[in-house]
Amino acid sequence: MAISFRGGVHPNDRKSYTAGKPIEVAALPGKVIIPVRQHIGAPCTPVVNKGDTVKKGQVVAKAEAFVSSNIHASISGTVVDVADYPHPNFGKCLSVVIENDGKDEWAEGIPVQRDWKALETAELKSIIKEAGIVGMGGATFPTHVKLSPAPDKKIDTFILNAAECEPYLTADHRLMLEAQDRIVAGVLITMKVLGVTKGYVGIENNKPDAIEAMKKAFEGTGVEVAGLPTKYPQGAEKMLIKVLTGKEVPSGGLPMDVGVVVQNVGTVVAISDAVEKGIPLIERVTTISGQAIKEPKNLLLRVGTSCADAIAACGGFSSQPEKLIAGGPMMGFAQTSMDIPIMKGSSGILAFAAGEANLGVEQPCIRCGRCIDACPMGLNPSMLSVLGERNLFEEAKEEYNLLDCIECGCCAYSCPAKRNIVQYVKYCKAQNVAKQNAAKAAAAKAAEK
Amino acid sequence: MAEVNINDKLLSVSTSPHLRADDSIAKIMWTVNIALAPAALFGAWWFGMNAVMIIVASIASAVLFEYIVQKLRKKTVTINDGSAFLTGLLLAMCLPPTVPVYMPVVGSFIAIVIAKHSMGGLGYNIFNPAHIGRAALMVSWPVAMTTWSALTVKGVDVVSSATPLNVLKQQGYDSVLAMFGGQGAMYTNMFLGTRNGSIGETSTVLLVLGGLFLIYKKIVKWEIPVIMIATVGLLTWVFGPAGMMTGDPIFHMMAGGLIIGAFFMATDMVTVPMTRKGQIIFAVGAGALTVLIRLKGGYPEGVCYSILLMNSVTPLIDRFTQPVKFGARR
Repeated sequence: MAISFRGGVHPNDRKSYTAGKPIEVAALPGKVIIPVRQHIGAPCTPVVNKGDTVKKGQVVAKAEAFVSSNIHASISGTVVDVADYPHPNFGKCLSVVIENDGKDEWAEGIPVQRDWKALETAELKSIIKEAGIVGMGGATFPTHVKLSPAPDKKIDTFILNAAECEPYLTADHRLMLEAQDRIVAGVLITMKVLGVTKGYVGIENNKPDAIEAMKKAFEGTGVEVAGLPTKYPQGAEKMLIKVLTGKEVPSGGLPMDVGVVVQNVGTVVAISDAVEKGIPLIERVTTISGQAIKEPKNLLLRVGTSCADAIAACGGFSSQPEKLIAGGPMMGFAQTSMDIPIMKGSSGILAFAAGEANLGVEQPCIRCGRCIDACPMGLNPSMLSVLGERNLFEEAKEEYNLLDCIECGCCAYSCPAKRNIVQYVKYCKAQNVAKQNAAKAAAAKAAEK
Repeated sequence: MAEVNINDKLLSVSTSPHLRADDSIAKIMWTVNIALAPAALFGAWWFGMNAVMIIVASIASAVLFEYIVQKLRKKTVTINDGSAFLTGLLLAMCLPPTVPVYMPVVGSFIAIVIAKHSMGGLGYNIFNPAHIGRAALMVSWPVAMTTWSALTVKGVDVVSSATPLNVLKQQGYDSVLAMFGGQGAMYTNMFLGTRNGSIGETSTVLLVLGGLFLIYKKIVKWEIPVIMIATVGLLTWVFGPAGMMTGDPIFHMMAGGLIIGAFFMATDMVTVPMTRKGQIIFAVGAGALTVLIRLKGGYPEGVCYSILLMNSVTPLIDRFTQPVKFGARR
């Protein structure tokens, strides 16, 4: 086992705010706003109309492409609107709004009791697909796609990503202490679907209680529970695979290229719920934290609960927040509104008090090289930021490996000049895509003539 | 308890990451200034009042020129970040203690206005500003810049009117030994700094301590100073005065501006390569050029020019020493 990966940073993890707090079931919200885009891939198509009555677990938006994932009602009630609403990543997004009838009734056929060992691989895969399960660590890649590798990719290893390397977040940590049976079931189901016998659970060493709990839970299953050095981004797929298996996912490739599939803790819990109980993905554990939150907590929230409701469940704010973040502090998205919904990939909602973010004024690069030392992908972030600043996005792509950037933020974190390096990278990536699309459109137009 | 109502308009929005290390350019620059302080204070004490005047004039004029240029360019004034202060301090430390006080002012003008701000300011300059300032003074007033008068402390002549490297160039190694009265005394004086030379370059021990402090603070990587000094030691030993392997590497490593140059000038982030590999190439190159100038050139000392020459190839070194991306080795 490799000892570590190159680069990385050690931010103050501030997990102590919530690490010791058991998962609390939040009161049901008065209404939920459920966006049709909660995953990477094609948006779903709403299958309910304004005025319809829906029950918990019923499909409200259907996946029509392979890389997409069904979306279900998370409460029972009446659809009061199907329209654009605030979205944490896209500004606005078509959403199904359900008003709670207070009954919390399951749709027909849910829940069920099933023994996963009696089910065939194809059945398991189909259940996972129908249940709308996506990667719950934040990337939200549809799980059934990950479980359907191309026939030429031989998968031999499964890794449970329990690193939870983002500061503040403790949702996976709490699940490991409180939901061991479901985690074990979820892991074994996934390994059965993939047909692999080699499994790892990778946990950062800053969670010794979770490592111990998982070691106990996985005893006799053949799955190896490994404590990993605490270093951000230990939970980035490529870093995790490198540390556990010694393999490097090739540039531009996916974990399946080295025979590995990685899933997050929340995701395998959802898999277990879907397979053993027939429950689709309608709720998740989210860490609500930050110094501007009165009582930081780990909440079990229904998908579509507004950020405002979630924060109210934590006693509200203790001070005016300087920043509101959906996700973790290193890769999450800053928000402008409290109306955004909790989604399948919402690992955290953070409200930073003044000074907590250590914002600064951007200055010119002084070429100190700390970003290069911090970059786990072996890139030159300084150069990428300078090229981005000058709009040289093609050079960034062709000569400085722009597309290898995983946007983990180690570079900007370590930059003494407070340069917004990740912003330049995202900008360059978007400009390259825009240019390609424009070229495609021009070619199509030329072909018409 | 009163509810805190959130005002959406006060939310700051930016791209991730939302956490930043507790560090800044100003912190780095002031830390370097602090690391230089012991050697500078020693120089002020050892060389006396004129040295103090030179240091003060150099720093004050560097900061003033930075203020004026930034005002004229309608840019944010950044004199508090310590970088102009550092340029002024480094320039003063590289000057003979006997030059008239207007010279450091001219040097600061060239360093700050020409070498730094005409290139775009902090981060954009190609050459080390303090060394450009010194080089300009060197070609403008060659006599004043290479004349050292005998140093008198409390009425006693303690140092001859030449630097060790000057004596070496003009009279040979034996005269250097004679000047100090033996090899042991020579090493001791050069280690402590009780010799003639530029204001801040003489005390090996204080400069090394300052440099170690920067390495400890992770502002400087050990590779550049160690490799540059080792290169000078190795080459001066190999190409000795009486044939191969007869040189005195210890003398050469402590002589002239090598220690201050290796720890504080060849490590100037802006003007040296960014990757470890590049920095190693830079250090070897600067060390080799220093030896070439010392042993074969017209000047007794070559640290300043060797670092400037290596500055000029820094972009090229950078280009060929890019980091290897993850997943490229299969």
